Amino acid sequence: MQNLRWKLITIVAVLVIFSAVGVYPILAARYRLPAPAVLMDKQLKLGLDLKGGVHLVLRVQTDDALRLQTEGDMERLREELQKRNIPFSNLTTPDVAHIRIEGIPQAQDAAFRQAATEIQANFDRSSGSGGGYTFTMKPNVQVHLREEAVVQARQTIERRVNELGVTEPSIAVQGAKGDEILVQLPGVTDVERAKGIIQSTGLLELKLVEQGPTPTREALLQNGQVPAGMDIVAGAPAAGDTGAVYYLVRKAAAVSGTDVRNARPTVDENNQPAVGFTLSAEGGRKFGKVTGENVGRTLAIILDNRVQSAPRIDNRITTDGRISGSFTPEEVQNLALILRSGALPASLTYLQERTIGPSLGADSIRSGVLASVVGLLLVVAFMLVYYKLSGVNAVVALIFNLVILLGLMAYIGAVMTLPGIAGFVLTMGIGVDSNVLIFERIKEELEAQRGVRASINAGFNRVFWTLVDTHTAALISAAFLFQFGTGPIRGFAMTLFIGLFSNLFTSIFVSKTLFEVALAKRQQVATLSI
Amino acid sequence: MHIFKNTDYDFLRWRWHALALSWLVILAGLGVLLTKGLPKAVEFAGGTVVIEKFDDPKVNEDRVRDALDKHYPGGGQNAIVQAYEDPSLHQFMIRVPVVGAESGAALGIEAQKVEDALKQANLGTFQRQGAEIVGPSVGRELTSKGIWATALSLIFILAYLAFRFQFSFGVGAVVATVHDLLITLAFLAFFRYDMSLNVIAAILTMAGYSTNDTIVIFDRIRENLRSMRRDSLNHVINVSVNQTLGRTVITSGTALLTALALFFFGGEVLHGFAFTMIVGIITGTYSSVFIAAAIVSFWRGTGPTRAAAHAPAAPAAAAQQPQRRSKPQRKARAS
Repeated sequence: MQNLRWKLITIVAVLVIFSAVGVYPILAARYRLPAPAVLMDKQLKLGLDLKGGVHLVLRVQTDDALRLQTEGDMERLREELQKRNIPFSNLTTPDVAHIRIEGIPQAQDAAFRQAATEIQANFDRSSGSGGGYTFTMKPNVQVHLREEAVVQARQTIERRVNELGVTEPSIAVQGAKGDEILVQLPGVTDVERAKGIIQSTGLLELKLVEQGPTPTREALLQNGQVPAGMDIVAGAPAAGDTGAVYYLVRKAAAVSGTDVRNARPTVDENNQPAVGFTLSAEGGRKFGKVTGENVGRTLAIILDNRVQSAPRIDNRITTDGRISGSFTPEEVQNLALILRSGALPASLTYLQERTIGPSLGADSIRSGVLASVVGLLLVVAFMLVYYKLSGVNAVVALIFNLVILLGLMAYIGAVMTLPGIAGFVLTMGIGVDSNVLIFERIKEELEAQRGVRASINAGFNRVFWTLVDTHTAALISAAFLFQFGTGPIRGFAMTLFIGLFSNLFTSIFVSKTLFEVALAKRQQVATLSI
Repeated sequence: MHIFKNTDYDFLRWRWHALALSWLVILAGLGVLLTKGLPKAVEFAGGTVVIEKFDDPKVNEDRVRDALDKHYPGGGQNAIVQAYEDPSLHQFMIRVPVVGAESGAALGIEAQKVEDALKQANLGTFQRQGAEIVGPSVGRELTSKGIWATALSLIFILAYLAFRFQFSFGVGAVVATVHDLLITLAFLAFFRYDMSLNVIAAILTMAGYSTNDTIVIFDRIRENLRSMRRDSLNHVINVSVNQTLGRTVITSGTALLTALALFFFGGEVLHGFAFTMIVGIITGTYSSVFIAAAIVSFWRGTGPTRAAAHAPAAPAAAAQQPQRRSKPQRKARAS
């Protein structure tokens, strides 16, 4: 009896908690009931098809990708020429797809051509006057780089949107030139934050500082020029100072964002918000080498071409590092998210921002919901007719299942779409399977002339391992779908996962307890309504 | 109340017919798939977006969709219609899947077709606010990842069932599931439903459902193999299928009730989804009863366990039972 009381308390507690999270906010929103903000924030969100959302169009500045390639190849050419002692007067990139070099001595012409072969995988060479050459990026390379930039930008945006916890977004490439990205986000409350995170380049580079910090850019120039292989990067001033500071850093990054495996918010030694990052094994090896060889020097941590901090290297560092600066906790959250999702290959500009209505009309939604309710009622009616009083037990288990599923989905921030609702109802239709299995077994036992209590116990006990087997097999599928799937498939797998667990709980624990409660008061039980 | 009481159907007698029928449907389905393919929904194919501003305030998403349904080539079930900006502006964004090449000309042609459909439906006057070509919002990687996930999960389910039951049972369950996937795809191809994310979700649900159904029957076979040692494997299978028939039909019935409700009352948007479910539930039940157990029978019939399966329950024979037969029994006894 004591035992039974605890079981009942557990059941009621589960019902109350999950109703509060999953069901009450929906009712409260609909009928304007008072509800605490904590619950309303967790409210089950509606998808693009049911409620609409924000519609953003971004243009990928594919020129950035070309510029990166061109500048990289120009630096490689410069190194190659220096290695072979070939003099030149001027080496520039007049635009994103061209490299121009001047002042190659006639005698070195053949040697130069030899040195330039390396970059000619991407560039066509044409000779100009007076030892000058122009390299033009091959058209197919240009097309490829542009396409690649858009594809990568799309993937990065998708990862960021996922990291933001927005499920069921719609992200597509659009435009006649194929360089625009359409992003539709359902149920986003903080649109500005989402926009900021999507757009941040998020390019992290760690570079050795050669000179600085200095208050002016000019102080770092040699003969009025930036020294070869170096870059001048602006940074935030030290605490208490005003105005910008400048650093002269090596152009080649010791480690960059692609080497970052994970990033998380943390605090620095002064208890200020900072971002901790972990490098991949390969990145850690590179970083260990650079830091090991340069103990005592300073290392600039550069984010989106701005020095965030320039700490001194005290000892060899391999995989773990920290970015501190004057960050707010919110900025740290965002930055960690951006670093985790990887850098954008090119910058983005917003072309459009609009609100959009649900992609399903009111009629479609109404008929979808109606169908779901009808489906659910049909199952309930069948169970009541076929299993009589025991059917009530199954229906209670079903309601439990529904409440738990709704509550957990709201808790994990899932987005409800119309097919989602339909899938939900179907899960319920299939979910009664466990009850059917148990009830059919009880019937068999009753026919074998066992007593009611014994039959119920045997029914539950015998079916238990069947349920474990069926649910394990289904959990295996759900786990793989979650692991491999993206976006909507992941959401689907999650729902499946939750549904399986809540189904096991309701069919075995809740149903059994209900039978026990029904039989507890009666001394002699001769019949069972099943 | 009983739907089936003490039935004694000889299901295995029909196994050859069942296999022949399944092969027929699957091959025909593959034929259609390979020659005509499956039409892809906007999220997979990409398409054309047209934004129109209507002067008639009574125009809504459903009327626009209805207009496309009746007058747009290919129908409106593939189109996505959304209110664009403030609803009071009566602007709608209409997305239709790509037909033909993605080029400037195709953009104009598709946009024109959409507008023609709207005109024929008498939705009043409207002005085009913009038109754009959109790529797929679901990348090709989703399809390959989905196939990988399914294949790997089937391998693990096979391993799990081999561990809990016997290898032959694992094979039976996995073959039945693959069978259901292929049959469902075949029916989608016959009835020309669009391959959309919803349909994929439905297919995946059905794969899980089918395995579930099969395992319940296998569980009963395992139990009966212990108590009916004198009987042939085929007899045990038949008895087990008959004993679980009530449950099989009731579960499929309740699932089918909900799927039918979604199909008939759910409107156009849920058609493909509900259709996939209906086909999946029927074939899932059919394969559990006719295919899965038959595979076990085939597999064991030619394998080394044949003697053990058919051996009378003499003490000596029981002692000689191969290891893997005794394993699940021990497990089952623990329950």
